[in-house]
Amino acid sequence: MQGKAPTRMKTTFSTMCTNEDYEEHEVNFMRKINFAQAINETLCQLIDKNNHVFLIGQGVTSPWYVGSTTVGLIQRFGSKRVIDTPTSENAVTGVALGAALARMHPILCFPRMDFMYYAMDQIANHIANWHYMFGGQLNTPVTLWAIINRGGEQAAQHSQAIQAIFTHIPGLKVVAPSTPYDAKGLLVTCVEEDNPVVYIDDRWLYQYEGEVPEELYSVPIGKGVVRHKGEDVTVVATSYMVHEAIKAAEQLEKEKIKTEVVDLRSLKPLDENLLLTSVKKTGRLVIADGGWKTCGITAEISARIAENDIFKSIKAPIIRVSLPDTPAPASSSLEKVYYPNAKKIMLAVKRVLEM
Amino acid sequence: MVQAIWARGKDSTLKMKQPLSSSISPELLLKMYVTMVKIRKFEERVADLVISKEIVTPTHLYIGEEAVATGVCSTLKKQDYVFSTHRSHGHYLAKGGDLKALMAELYCKKTGCSRGKGGSMHVASPEMGLPGSSAIVGGTIPIAVGAALAFSMQNSDAISAAFFGDGAAHEGVFYESLNFASLKKLPVIFVCENNLYCTHLSVVDTLADTNIYKKAEAFAMPGVRIDGNDISEVYETAKRAVENARQSRGPTLIEAMTYRWRGHVGPYDDLDKGLRSKEELDCWMQRCPVRKLEKHLLKQGATSQLEINQIHKTISEEIEKAVEFARESPYPDENDLLHDVHK
Ligand SMILES: Cc1ncc(C[n+]2csc(CCOP(=O)(O)OP(=O)(O)O)c2C)c(N)n1
Ligand SMILES: [Mg+2]
Repeated sequence: MQGKAPTRMKTTFSTMCTNEDYEEHEVNFMRKINFAQAINETLCQLIDKNNHVFLIGQGVTSPWYVGSTTVGLIQRFGSKRVIDTPTSENAVTGVALGAALARMHPILCFPRMDFMYYAMDQIANHIANWHYMFGGQLNTPVTLWAIINRGGEQAAQHSQAIQAIFTHIPGLKVVAPSTPYDAKGLLVTCVEEDNPVVYIDDRWLYQYEGEVPEELYSVPIGKGVVRHKGEDVTVVATSYMVHEAIKAAEQLEKEKIKTEVVDLRSLKPLDENLLLTSVKKTGRLVIADGGWKTCGITAEISARIAENDIFKSIKAPIIRVSLPDTPAPASSSLEKVYYPNAKKIMLAVKRVLEM
Repeated sequence: MVQAIWARGKDSTLKMKQPLSSSISPELLLKMYVTMVKIRKFEERVADLVISKEIVTPTHLYIGEEAVATGVCSTLKKQDYVFSTHRSHGHYLAKGGDLKALMAELYCKKTGCSRGKGGSMHVASPEMGLPGSSAIVGGTIPIAVGAALAFSMQNSDAISAAFFGDGAAHEGVFYESLNFASLKKLPVIFVCENNLYCTHLSVVDTLADTNIYKKAEAFAMPGVRIDGNDISEVYETAKRAVENARQSRGPTLIEAMTYRWRGHVGPYDDLDKGLRSKEELDCWMQRCPVRKLEKHLLKQGATSQLEINQIHKTISEEIEKAVEFARESPYPDENDLLHDVHK
């Protein structure tokens, strides 16, 4: 199942589960699909190629619950490999762990991160600890597919981006792709892993298109990537915020400000090398993450810089662009100011240049 | 196969098609009728406003289930607490929450019952005994038990009621709550609104035994299944359960069989999604809880068509005033974002 390196290739779309939009034809450029389609295709291929992989979770057969990411899977694989569940997050998460201990690899879907709190005992006490607690004898390969779904006046219990809660827990790896290419490659890697991985996606990413090879390939965990080169300021961003950071960088370019955008891709382990290399070059850092500020991803990244020798050569204080430390409000008038965006990143970049 | 037949809405052994028979006073029945019409008309208006995109917050409409909230809340006093769910509007109105403030909350305005911070799934009316609703399935069940614990510690005769859907019977917290409440003989009633669906899945696809009321037996407490579209059955059953709770005889689980006419969320009936049949929906619409009571009232001479028309007119006017109020109300101010995180 080892993925090949992505190359420009001849490809057909026959393995797509949502193939209405695609006719089977040959192209000699890499085809573009959107983020949701990339997940859908990858799930389809992973379940198809691996007898030990199955999809489970509340809503995986729903026509709307998880966007279009699971469309067609139940029809193709049936209810033994695509298991829609009762609203029993705690038990079902334990079920996934049990299956993993019996040599399966469950991809466990949470249609919203908010619902994972019911599952936290199994995730934090059981799944995350299991390997260590028994001296490394037992593996718990579970992919915890955690979806961020916010906006639209859904309020405090249907809007959360709690990635930092998972990065805090030893034993878990956490990835957060921002492009369709990485959505596919990282999901493949999750399934290749013998460890539990929290795979975070954000429904605000679902419409973003990008080049995605048809075949399976993997993107390594713990490796970030530079999305936009620049020398003046580094913007380290995660998940959806990468796109806002790129927007900001493009805008700033018109004002002759050269911003380097680093997409972390993995939140744990962090690509510290890439982070340090970029900050060493620019001497200024803005961090953009869609979670809360206090003890959040932005706090961890700041600490990594502060702990390192390059801290001495930093030219300005670090600025964090994140959610304020408040629950999500319902009213769109407040949502507008609540969520971080390109504009806030631009302001931060300008401020960090003035300091 | 009773449960499967329920799911198809075809079971004739379950008195669903029988006309309402009641020993409840005509005055009270009429009062409950007014509440049910208020909920129905409110929800229908909300549906329109969602279609016209004036309301954005996700709304789970209560149309078709009005008798449950109305019947239960009519047995309660103001001091009693009820806890609600994502499908909250009916509970809020039945417990006496202010209609204008509810509409304003759906517009997410500052004058809303949660100041625009909660939206449709998080309404509260602390002054009327509704200290909140949660959009986490099963979330408020233990909270209702906790309020009952407090009431018993305070030697108060107040009781609390938890409303929840059939979906909450999937969650472990439901069972833990039943056990604790029964163990401690707490003054709480559990009201399961079994509308046969949990989002896109039918009860038969999610529950090994769809007789939710029977779960009570495992926790040594009474459990009953009733026709949730029959206001008199709901009222009489809730009254006995509330009485038991007030007398410190412990909790009761009531499973009220009912049906939502619209989709899980939003204004449409969702028939095009292939999740349920038109036949099934039609069948339940014929068992409209509001019309059933209306017929009964007319037959008993407890009201006249004229009075009914007047009731409808008055309520429609009240709702329109609320829409106007909501439209004219200000949005929360930017500064409100950071307020109310802590006391
Ligand atoms: C813990 C949790 N899991 C999943 C959801 C998603 N969800 C929202 S409403 C709902 C259905 C609940 O069904 P039911 O309890 O029967 O209430 P109904 O909508 O039928 O009134 C689900 C699964 C949620 N809100 N909370
Ligand atoms: Mg239900």
